[in-house]
Amino acid sequence: QKVSVEVLDHLEHLALVDFRDSEGVERLQKAIQFADQLHEVNTDGVEPMDSVLEDRCLYLREDDVTEGNCTKDLLENAREKVEEYFVAPPGNIPLPKLEERDTFLQGS
Amino acid sequence: ALLKDGLRSQVSAALKEGQATPTELCQRCLALIKSTKFLNAYITVAEETALKQAEESEERYKRGQPLGILDGIPIAVKDNFNTAGIETTCASKMLKGYISPYNATVVQKLLDQGAVLLGKTNLDEFAMGSGSTDGVFGPVRNPWSYSKQYKEKSVPKSHFEDEESNWVITGGSSGGSAAAVSSFTCFAALGSDTGGSTRNPAAHCGVVGLKPTYGLISRHGLIPLVNSMDVPGILTRCVDDAAILLGSLAGHDPKDSTTIQDDFKPFELPNLTDVSKLSIGIPKEYHAPGLSSEILALWSKAADLFKNAGAKVVEVSLPHTRYSIVCYHVLCTAEVASNMARFDGLEYGHRSDKKDSTESMYAATRREGFNDVVRGRILSGNYFLLKQNYEKYFVKAQKVRRLIANDFVKVFRSGVDILLTPTTLSDAAPYTEFIQEDNRTRSAQDDILTQAANMAGLPAVNVPTALSERGLPVGLQFIGRSFQEKQLLTVAKWFEKQVQFPVIQLEEVKRHDNGVFQHQKSASFS
Repeated sequence: QKVSVEVLDHLEHLALVDFRDSEGVERLQKAIQFADQLHEVNTDGVEPMDSVLEDRCLYLREDDVTEGNCTKDLLENAREKVEEYFVAPPGNIPLPKLEERDTFLQGS
Repeated sequence: ALLKDGLRSQVSAALKEGQATPTELCQRCLALIKSTKFLNAYITVAEETALKQAEESEERYKRGQPLGILDGIPIAVKDNFNTAGIETTCASKMLKGYISPYNATVVQKLLDQGAVLLGKTNLDEFAMGSGSTDGVFGPVRNPWSYSKQYKEKSVPKSHFEDEESNWVITGGSSGGSAAAVSSFTCFAALGSDTGGSTRNPAAHCGVVGLKPTYGLISRHGLIPLVNSMDVPGILTRCVDDAAILLGSLAGHDPKDSTTIQDDFKPFELPNLTDVSKLSIGIPKEYHAPGLSSEILALWSKAADLFKNAGAKVVEVSLPHTRYSIVCYHVLCTAEVASNMARFDGLEYGHRSDKKDSTESMYAATRREGFNDVVRGRILSGNYFLLKQNYEKYFVKAQKVRRLIANDFVKVFRSGVDILLTPTTLSDAAPYTEFIQEDNRTRSAQDDILTQAANMAGLPAVNVPTALSERGLPVGLQFIGRSFQEKQLLTVAKWFEKQVQFPVIQLEEVKRHDNGVFQHQKSASFS
């Protein structure tokens, strides 16, 4: 089955990355097709594996401050900043809907 | 000849005895980097800082107080490791101009031991790829393309065709590191390995490529691709050197909670003479479709080598091998979708000029910063993580991962010590041929033999074995038990000694190596 435009649009919203052209969409289709091979494997009664180190305890260190005071270094790489703030454009403004966005999917 | 020597046997001794100095060594390497610029192995050459480090090292040797065997040794680092004060780009527009504020733990460890950091090597963008062809700084060329051995075997199709169109890829994604080591511009290099990214280019470039057990070496500062599979990789010209690097890098790091807490003791590799107690497993599923008859023959020859030396050689089965690449594809894209979310232009990296809203700025930044491959994986990953797909794809893949890991457990439990497999399906392809298929297809094809070791977290090493009919390197892979690097490398070292892989004959290197260091006997000729 082909992926619907709604889902493609939803993915662009979630990923904040664009398909750009038909090749991009084809790429996803092929990726899904490829992944479908997984369903040939019988995994009844098999637990999902998160980590190969699952039999070990995760290391927890003491809750002591061991480093910090590197504000200047961290701000160094930001393009837009004011005093000790990273500056972001206004938030809580959703991405324009499909019809209004400049996206390849608009034509679909 | 000094440039060709292994660390332990010749170079370190030479530095200690004053027969060579760290600054001379550094300068030779820097000069060689300049004259092999056409390989495009380096993204950044840290000339000033390297010379300064070399001078400091020289001071220590003069005082008779070198920090260790790595003091003064020129090293290169893949450009997805953070290096303080040096640009770290991951071969992407997204991080062009990003100057790391800190050193990755592995980089810090090398510097603490006096290693000289020559520069950052080229890779596929964000380590996604198997050719080192998809980075924003262009593809890396395999030094063997310019070797006497390759040129002798290539038949020019016309007199207009020259080296320019004939060059072969390094493999990837740590192609720059492999090329740097292979062309003698450094003694060792760091790579990363998520699906074979250290072993694949090692095989194509004729160098040793070690993927350590997951959890042995810290990933702090390694820009992550797949958190549950990434490991720093080690590329060297001989197995002994890989063991030395491993010794200086392994061990628990409080900054990486996925490193195990067991005490790690650096080791020297014994010179194995008796292999009769060894059990070598040959997994039949690694006779994968597309495996060249040449490599198949080499693999068989290697098995016989062990058999004739008295080792027990048995065919084994890892039944889920063929699903490994599919499983990897899902898990990798899913983790990538998550890991790449941090690149939004706000705190570091590229930032778009779009100002209307945070979301639109993020979207534009990412549109401008990532190449097709990266965007493709992010979108696929997001697809597999959608609520309606989560169980069907992501969790399913995690279950298959357990089956793959269990395959190995069963085989090792049955008494097999080491697995012997090919590393790649064929020798290095010409660039013009390689780019005819897209990145995902290529990765799926090329990772097939290396990928499962990442799934299971096992240590694996590529050992250069022989030259193909085209005069290009072919390597074989050894896979060992978790955290049994000593055993793995001991066997690898024995094998390396048996096969006597030839030294690359490069005009460039000969030019730089003549005269000054005369009486050094190259370790690799013995």
